[in-house]
Amino acid sequence: MPDIGEPRRMALHRARAAFPLLDQRINGVALAYLDNAATTQVPLPVLDAMRDFESRDRANIHRGVHTLSQRATDAFERARERLKRFVGAGSAHELVFTSGTTDALNLVAHGLSHSTPDRQAPALRPGDEIIVSGLEHHANLVPWQQAAHRIGATLRILRPDARGRVHARDLARLLGPTTKVFAVTACANATGERPPYEELLELAARAGAMTVLDAAQAVAHEVPDLGALACDFMAFSAHKMYGPMGTGALVGRRTALERLAPLRFGGDMVQWVSDAEAVFAELPARLEGGTPNVAGAVGMAAAADFIDEVGRDAIDAHVRALRAHAAERLATIDGVAVLSAQASASAIVSFVVDGVHPHDIGTLLDEQGIAVRTGHHCAQPLLDHLALGPTTRASFALYNSHGEVERLLAGVSRAVKVLR
Amino acid sequence: MSALVDQLYQEVVIDHKRSPRNFGTLPSPTHRSRGHNPLCGDDLSVELDVADDFIRAIRFHGQGCAICVASASMMSEAVQGRTVAAARELQQRFRSVLTGEREADAAQIGKLISLADVRRYPARIKCALLGWHALAHALAGSDEDERR
Repeated sequence: MPDIGEPRRMALHRARAAFPLLDQRINGVALAYLDNAATTQVPLPVLDAMRDFESRDRANIHRGVHTLSQRATDAFERARERLKRFVGAGSAHELVFTSGTTDALNLVAHGLSHSTPDRQAPALRPGDEIIVSGLEHHANLVPWQQAAHRIGATLRILRPDARGRVHARDLARLLGPTTKVFAVTACANATGERPPYEELLELAARAGAMTVLDAAQAVAHEVPDLGALACDFMAFSAHKMYGPMGTGALVGRRTALERLAPLRFGGDMVQWVSDAEAVFAELPARLEGGTPNVAGAVGMAAAADFIDEVGRDAIDAHVRALRAHAAERLATIDGVAVLSAQASASAIVSFVVDGVHPHDIGTLLDEQGIAVRTGHHCAQPLLDHLALGPTTRASFALYNSHGEVERLLAGVSRAVKVLR
Repeated sequence: MSALVDQLYQEVVIDHKRSPRNFGTLPSPTHRSRGHNPLCGDDLSVELDVADDFIRAIRFHGQGCAICVASASMMSEAVQGRTVAAARELQQRFRSVLTGEREADAAQIGKLISLADVRRYPARIKCALLGWHALAHALAGSDEDERR
């Protein structure tokens, strides 16, 4: 375990060496992995932490009386506390481990729209309003659609403007006495747009709504500080912050988490069970039914350590510079339009090309070892609103370089020449 | 240029992509169907004018990647004026080449052979087959949207 008192600094330019996967050739060419919004790569310290757990400390947690079980439990709970500190959560908050952001957001939407185990009515009532921004990934939209249907609540969309930006004044107009939930992303995965979420959450909270933040795309470089936010629930994934897949977290105010009906009933989330009924555990256990992905939690905490060793500000400055470089130069290629060109606080750049389909661009870039993502990015409503079809998206991480951006630019220019 | 460009984006494919043949709609189609891949945004509708068992006219419209559009364009040229049975058979032969079930040379697919290399790029096979699936559905008399 690293000594938390004196964080070991790892220079950004040396950090790439911690990612052996990046040193491979694709189609005979050096890999340029620019699909980090889909998933980031995992550094050796994270892999080591997970392997060490599995090969030395692995046992089931919480219920065992033997030493190994205690070690495993300690590792799990240490990971929980580490990640709470990582996002600025304090004693008023709790962290629930989930399988990812989608699981966490479903946990909230489900939890607010179902009766609690002690037969309390759901937190959401018929006629209530749920406001979701128009920037959202489907994971922060579809669960709310379902909750609204189930409860008889009304779903309203906070529409972005024609350039894909959401404004506080538009939210102020939507908020009312029946608004019970406001859900927004800290960074739109389809465009890289960073809404003014601090202000939006504050407005919604003052109007009496519960607030939900999808931080999946933010935690790798601009970690939201829960201590300073009017945020009831925040969801994020390990695999988008240099951690393993299959693990994530829902961090929330205890008072808010208390209102959630559990999504998974069974072991670990009960105090005692008879034939006919059960008494449920306290938080966080109540929302963590079943054996968790303990190695995943350990890996996620190790990823938080890695980010802090390299330095959040250094990472943030680096990926923003890469994005600015890519966005500015892409816009100079004939026929290319960059979405959310103004989004400077971003690691994501999404673009369309007149008369050229992203599929073809993506295939030609892949031939040159460059990995990008094409399609709707699980954000069809946003792209429909912008009157756009599928896009090509490049997204940057701490191990990417300006040289790789130049390769991307050359590849896009070439693709446009071939296809247009 | 490169293997990919030579195979997947050879001149005839780019030509059909830039100037798709039979692109548009029919005033009174006897058969129509729509092929749609919501995951990537390819969306093609095929309209036919069938009389006496012959495909008198065919049009397609929509949006999609170069492979999708070029394939539909070449398809339209290949089935125009053919019998329904011949068109169905050609569709099956083309499909079997793209899925690797049959060798391109032996399949007798004429000019469509310029798309045979798509089978080496599995992520793009559905693109090349989208228009053909819509054609098959149209000929089957199904008027419904087909999603895949």
